Amino acid sequence: MSARITVSDLAAVYQMPGGDTLPALGPVSFHIEAGSFVCILGPSGCGKSTLIRLLAGIQRPSRGQAFLNDQSITQPARRVGLMFQDANLMPWRTVLDNLVLPLEVAGVPKSERLAAARALLPALGLADFEAAYPGELSGGMAQRVALGRVLIQKPDALLLDEPFGALDAMTRERISLDLLDMWERQRQTVLMVTHDIHEAVLLADRVLVFSRRPGRIAADIRVSLPRPRRLEDTYGALFGQIAGQVRAAISQA
Amino acid sequence: MTVWMEEGKRYCAVLRVVLVLCTWDGVSLRTSFRLCLVMMPCCSAVRTTGFLIMQLNAFPKSLTRPLALPQIGRRPLRRLGRRLTPLLALALVLLGWQVVVLLEVYPAFIIPSPAAVLEKAVTVVGDGRLWLHASTTLAAVLAGLGVGVLAALVLGYAIAKSSLLDAVLSPLVVALQSTPVVAYAPLLIIWFGSGLTSKIVTGALIVFFPMLINTVVGIRGVPSELRDLMRAMQATRWQTFIKLEVPAAMPVLFSGLKISATLAVIGAVVGEFVSANAGLGFLINLARSQYDTPLVIVAVLTLTVMARLLYGLASLVERRALAWQSRARRD
Repeated sequence: MSARITVSDLAAVYQMPGGDTLPALGPVSFHIEAGSFVCILGPSGCGKSTLIRLLAGIQRPSRGQAFLNDQSITQPARRVGLMFQDANLMPWRTVLDNLVLPLEVAGVPKSERLAAARALLPALGLADFEAAYPGELSGGMAQRVALGRVLIQKPDALLLDEPFGALDAMTRERISLDLLDMWERQRQTVLMVTHDIHEAVLLADRVLVFSRRPGRIAADIRVSLPRPRRLEDTYGALFGQIAGQVRAAISQA
Repeated sequence: MTVWMEEGKRYCAVLRVVLVLCTWDGVSLRTSFRLCLVMMPCCSAVRTTGFLIMQLNAFPKSLTRPLALPQIGRRPLRRLGRRLTPLLALALVLLGWQVVVLLEVYPAFIIPSPAAVLEKAVTVVGDGRLWLHASTTLAAVLAGLGVGVLAALVLGYAIAKSSLLDAVLSPLVVALQSTPVVAYAPLLIIWFGSGLTSKIVTGALIVFFPMLINTVVGIRGVPSELRDLMRAMQATRWQTFIKLEVPAAMPVLFSGLKISATLAVIGAVVGEFVSANAGLGFLINLARSQYDTPLVIVAVLTLTVMARLLYGLASLVERRALAWQSRARRD
């Protein structure tokens, strides 16, 4: 199951302490087909994170609406998985207990949620770490747990806000390929914010380039690379061409 | 080595000045000089022994870093040294005490000998008096601690969550805390009688404030990212409380509990000082009025042990409950 996301005339304005208003986002309108992988690129402070929060239903828009399938987003929904740059694990819970948290909150019986978590561990590369505490994990491992915590809910859509932004290049590449692998199998709709052109082109079907604040869509670039994709694809001519196109759009934005 | 000896000498010189000043009144210069002559070798002996133990501990490292202080290590010898050092300090105190007694600087009813205190301790343990008073105090301490901590947890949570309650209650709480508990203890006796209740109330009041502050800080310190996470999972208020707020605030709550555990003892004793017919505070007052100084010391030491045990118990529970912290730090 995957969901389509429709954003219509969506805007966010922040109230500043002096009574001024700071337009952060939009208004933007776009549509994401069910099961597609879309990356958002843009300068910092262009409202990318705000967009994610609006779509996740943890912040209200100042204007416009967003829809999941045909339902207006007004509050958080379980079928939407949300992940940030920081893993935000609970340091007092082991890897396994962190993974099962969403199911625990949803009231899934214990044996069922443990089975679900254990089934996820190998694909996440965490097989030997279920009893470890977050403080004992590297940044990459912690982020894998966070990813697992999102996936365990079997969401219809994933909202990822620079999920690998704090990781080193090597770890980042490996974990994004793992994400790609898992996505190939599940085909949830993914909306991912990143500031890495390489990562965006490698993962996405479509790259949305945002302009400076208040963020609007400056370019909508289709990535026509065949799937499943491999790291080797990034050395091809087509990859280079698309990446160049994205880079040009960013510098004009 | 010479550095340590130098320090030892300096230490003795300071001690001599202190002793001379202390004994200026009523004691001849000759006596204090005699005292210094006894104390100086004692001090340097203790210092040298301590130094030798430290050298022994730091031996492998001392080859490269001769003056480095011993590190906390896992080697049994080092651990033994660490354990011995406080005992050494205790022995020093007892030794000093005995020396003062032997020199007869003060009459025995002002400074009784360690042996006399021990003898008194054996007597009051034997006839059950110590247990009677200690258990009375302990009951007040535990009840005061329980009531105070519970009230602080409930009110602290409410203040942390509601800015209205914060605005209404915080000034009152601060005013209450700014008044010394000794000052309003008599009032509490008038209201609650000289029985157990008034001691529980004084204990609870003295425990309340630090525990309240820690609760507020702990709950407000819950990372907003984790709150967002719970919200995104559509967690209920109860789930957010029990799965996020309580465990996240736990480390701060435990440091509050440790402070409170020792404060509760003070609270109960303050209450007993003002008016009581049993308890260690009452015993101290009684013994003082009869110039039974050994009994005063026994009662004081019992209080020390009681407070220390409560603190140790709280630490033990803390270490069990927050095992994840030490696990995480190890790597």
